[in-house]
Amino acid sequence: MLTKRIVPCLDIKNGRTVKGVNFVDLRDAGDPVELAKIYADTGADELVFLDISATEEKRRTLLDLVMRVAAEVDIPFTVGGGISSVDDIDKLLHAGADKVSINSSAVKNPQLINDASSKFGSQCITVAIDAKQIDGDWFVHLVGGKVPTDINLFEWAQEVEARGAGEILFTSMDHDGTKDGFANEALEILSEMLNIPIIASGGAGNMQHFADTFIKGKSDAALAASVFHFKEIDIQDLKKELKKQGIAVRI
Amino acid sequence: MKIVIINYGAGNIQSIKFAVQRLGHEAILSNDPAEIKAADKVIFPGVGEASSAMKMLKETGLDEVIPQLKQPVLGICLGMQLMCNSSEEGNTKGLRIFDVDVHRFENNVKVPQIGWNQIADLKSDLFTGIKENEFIYLVHSYYAPLCKNTVATTQYGLKYATALQKDNFYGTQFHPEKSSKAGTQILKNFLEI
Repeated sequence: MLTKRIVPCLDIKNGRTVKGVNFVDLRDAGDPVELAKIYADTGADELVFLDISATEEKRRTLLDLVMRVAAEVDIPFTVGGGISSVDDIDKLLHAGADKVSINSSAVKNPQLINDASSKFGSQCITVAIDAKQIDGDWFVHLVGGKVPTDINLFEWAQEVEARGAGEILFTSMDHDGTKDGFANEALEILSEMLNIPIIASGGAGNMQHFADTFIKGKSDAALAASVFHFKEIDIQDLKKELKKQGIAVRI
Repeated sequence: MKIVIINYGAGNIQSIKFAVQRLGHEAILSNDPAEIKAADKVIFPGVGEASSAMKMLKETGLDEVIPQLKQPVLGICLGMQLMCNSSEEGNTKGLRIFDVDVHRFENNVKVPQIGWNQIADLKSDLFTGIKENEFIYLVHSYYAPLCKNTVATTQYGLKYATALQKDNFYGTQFHPEKSSKAGTQILKNFLEI
């Protein structure tokens, strides 16, 4: 049976993890490779590296990092942040990334989704969508949620699928950082409307939130950062709890 | 041991090279027929789209070379699919090693299938030390139906073949290089055949 995925997300700047992590067994809390290995060994199903470096030079640091992760980690990982061309994707995949995640650049240039999925296959193209609810409607936001657009979340999600995306990573700006649970109503609509997997992001605070997003939100995967980095939730414990609630997980 | 990963321009082959390295071996990336024929073990990877991958194989003449190989050959993901008779993807004629036609999943399941599923009905030396229902990582939209070459099965909307074997030819729909400890063991088993 296909299992639900638990996906820790690491924010990367200049080749190092940022936002801090609290792992006592880490020699170097800033080294993404070391953290990635720990997650891989303790039951994470997949990893996401989100690069928040801005300059070209720092992007090259990212490619080195991707290669180091691929060399040492035996589970799949996605790289996102600042990807704007087929050439960027080509470099990341060749360095060893399994999937890439494109966000603002897909909105600015939707053809990028078509071009990338026909060249590399849908399965490695994830489109990340950040959205916020305004007067009852969900609107897509850009640049890490800072810039609003008049694009409707559900219309955009359908277009993204039609253009060949293999997966959607949906972050609710309203839920992100609240630790109040995922945006399960919107997630459920997305999941029923589309026939590609949906990764839920934003709002994880406790183990029940994960169970809820899989059952109520019908999500295929759930992404979180701080609850894992600060050991508020242990992935093994989380998976045991999910299994107890009848959710298929890899243990 | 000389291990060659066939490099025909398709997909992420770096990860397979690294996985072989983690097992203490070096692998060469090559599209040179002489080098491939001289290898002890050949890995035939593939990520991408079937018809363009087959086109690249034909350009280098590898479509003739691969079916003639006598040493153990492991096709992974699209590599395995290309070793079948045909694929519905891009209406592609395959290498006709495995006697089965590759189809697209129906829309009663999400496509692509992405994530960890289980392998069962294991019957190949590829799976020595691997328990029934072990978890492996898959990412694919097309599948090989059950057939006489099936050596592992997985359930996703229907039961299909997640591994195939015929003589010295092996194929896995899943990615052993991304399937944690079990995947490493399967790759190790292949290198020890």
